[in-house]
Amino acid sequence: MSARSAAQRSPAAANEDGSVSAPSRSITTQAGTDARTAAASVVDPEIRVITIDELGILRAVEEDPATGRVTVTITPTYTGCPAMDVIRADIRRALAVAGHPEAEIRTVFSPPWSTDWISAEGRAKLAAAGIAPPAPVTPAAGVVALTLAVRCPQCGSPETEQVSRFGSTACKALWRCRSCSEPFDHLKAL
Amino acid sequence: MSGKPFDFTVALADDALIAAQRLAEWTTRAPEMEEDIALANIALDQLGAARLLLSYAGELEGAGRDEDALAYLRDDREFRNALLVELPNGDFAVTMAKLFFLAAYQLPLYTALVDCADERLAAIGAKARKESAYHLDHGALWVKRLGDGTEESHRRMQAAVDQVWPYTHELFVADPAAPVDPATLRPAFDETVGVVLAEATLTRPESRWAPGGGRTGVHTEHLAYLLAEMQVLHRAHPGATW
Repeated sequence: MSARSAAQRSPAAANEDGSVSAPSRSITTQAGTDARTAAASVVDPEIRVITIDELGILRAVEEDPATGRVTVTITPTYTGCPAMDVIRADIRRALAVAGHPEAEIRTVFSPPWSTDWISAEGRAKLAAAGIAPPAPVTPAAGVVALTLAVRCPQCGSPETEQVSRFGSTACKALWRCRSCSEPFDHLKAL
Repeated sequence: MSGKPFDFTVALADDALIAAQRLAEWTTRAPEMEEDIALANIALDQLGAARLLLSYAGELEGAGRDEDALAYLRDDREFRNALLVELPNGDFAVTMAKLFFLAAYQLPLYTALVDCADERLAAIGAKARKESAYHLDHGALWVKRLGDGTEESHRRMQAAVDQVWPYTHELFVADPAAPVDPATLRPAFDETVGVVLAEATLTRPESRWAPGGGRTGVHTEHLAYLLAEMQVLHRAHPGATW
C-alpha cells in the first residue's frame, strides 16, 4: 500500500489507443506544480470525502516545457463508471481556475485500476466516512476467490455480513454489522 | 466471425451491449431491492466494456463511425452478438442462467485477451476481466441458490438451464484467425459450468441442438424489438446528449 501521490507514480504504460507514452516530463515549473495541486484536489463526485488522487484514478499530471500545455491522465475505477464525465469536467474547471484553460485530459485503461492504488490517507478518509476500505488484492487468475472478512467502520467488529455484493455505486458492496446492526458500504477489492 | 480484428471486436462489443440492454430491463422489476441494484451494476459494467470495444472497432474500421454510430445506427443484420444475449429475459431463473453462462464465457475470454497480440484488446481485457469475475460469482450464487433451493425453484432453474443451454455453443465456434480463438475457451467454460451445476444439484443438458447465426448477423426475431427501443431516441434526435 503506497501513500505516494499520483504524480510520483509511474505513468500508465499504454495510451487509450494502445500506443506507448513518451517518457513523462517531470514538473519543474511553478505553473506545473499548481496544475498538479489543482487536479489532485478534485474530489470524487460519488464519494465526496476522497480526492481523485487519493483514490488512485489520477495517474499523471504533465506539463509540456515548450508550450506550457498541461496533460492530465486519469483511469476509471470501473469501465462503466458514470462519474467519469463529471470528473473530467471538474478537472477541467479546477485547472482553468489554476490558469490552465487549455488542459488536455486523457483517459487510459492500462494498467487497470486497482483498489491497491487507494492511498493510506484515502483509506482513512473512507473509514471515517463509514465506508469500509478494501482488503489488498491478490493477483487475479481464473475464477477470483474473494476475501470476505470486512470490519464494521462504525464499531470495528469483524462480525459482519454481506447484504449485496453490488451497492449504491459500481465500486461498492452493501454490508451489515452483526454486532452494532449498522448497514454500511464496502469498497470492493478490485 | 472471419478473424478480422474489426469483426472480432464488434462481436465482443455487441455481446456486452445487448446483454447490458437486456439486464437494464430488470430495473425496478427485480425480485428484491439488492438484486435490482446488482443487475443494474452488472448492466453498467457490460455497457462500459461495450463502449470501449465499439470505440476501438470504429477506429479499426476507419470509416468515421464512433461508438454511438455503431450502437445506434446499425440495423439488426449488422449486429454480431451471439443469440444467447438477445433472448428475452424470461423469469428470474432464465436471466440468471443467461448471466451465468455469459460470465463463464467472458471471464476466460477477457483473461485470454490480456495476452493477445493486440495491445488495445489486451488493455480492455485486463480491465473487464476483474468485473467479469464478479458477474460470474453473482450468477453462480443464484444458480446454486435456486437449483439447491425448494422443489419449485429447482424445477424452474433446471428448466431455465435446459432452455438456454443450446445457445451457449455458438460462443465457442472455432475461429483460428481471431485474436483469441473462441474454441480455446471451451474447456474453462465447461469446467466452471460443471462445478456450479453439480453443486446446484442441476443436470447439464445433452448437447444436441446448437442454434447460431448471430456472429454473421442472422438473429432471432427478438433482437429487432430490442434495438428499436434502444435506438429510438438517438435516431429521432441525432446527436442528442444530456
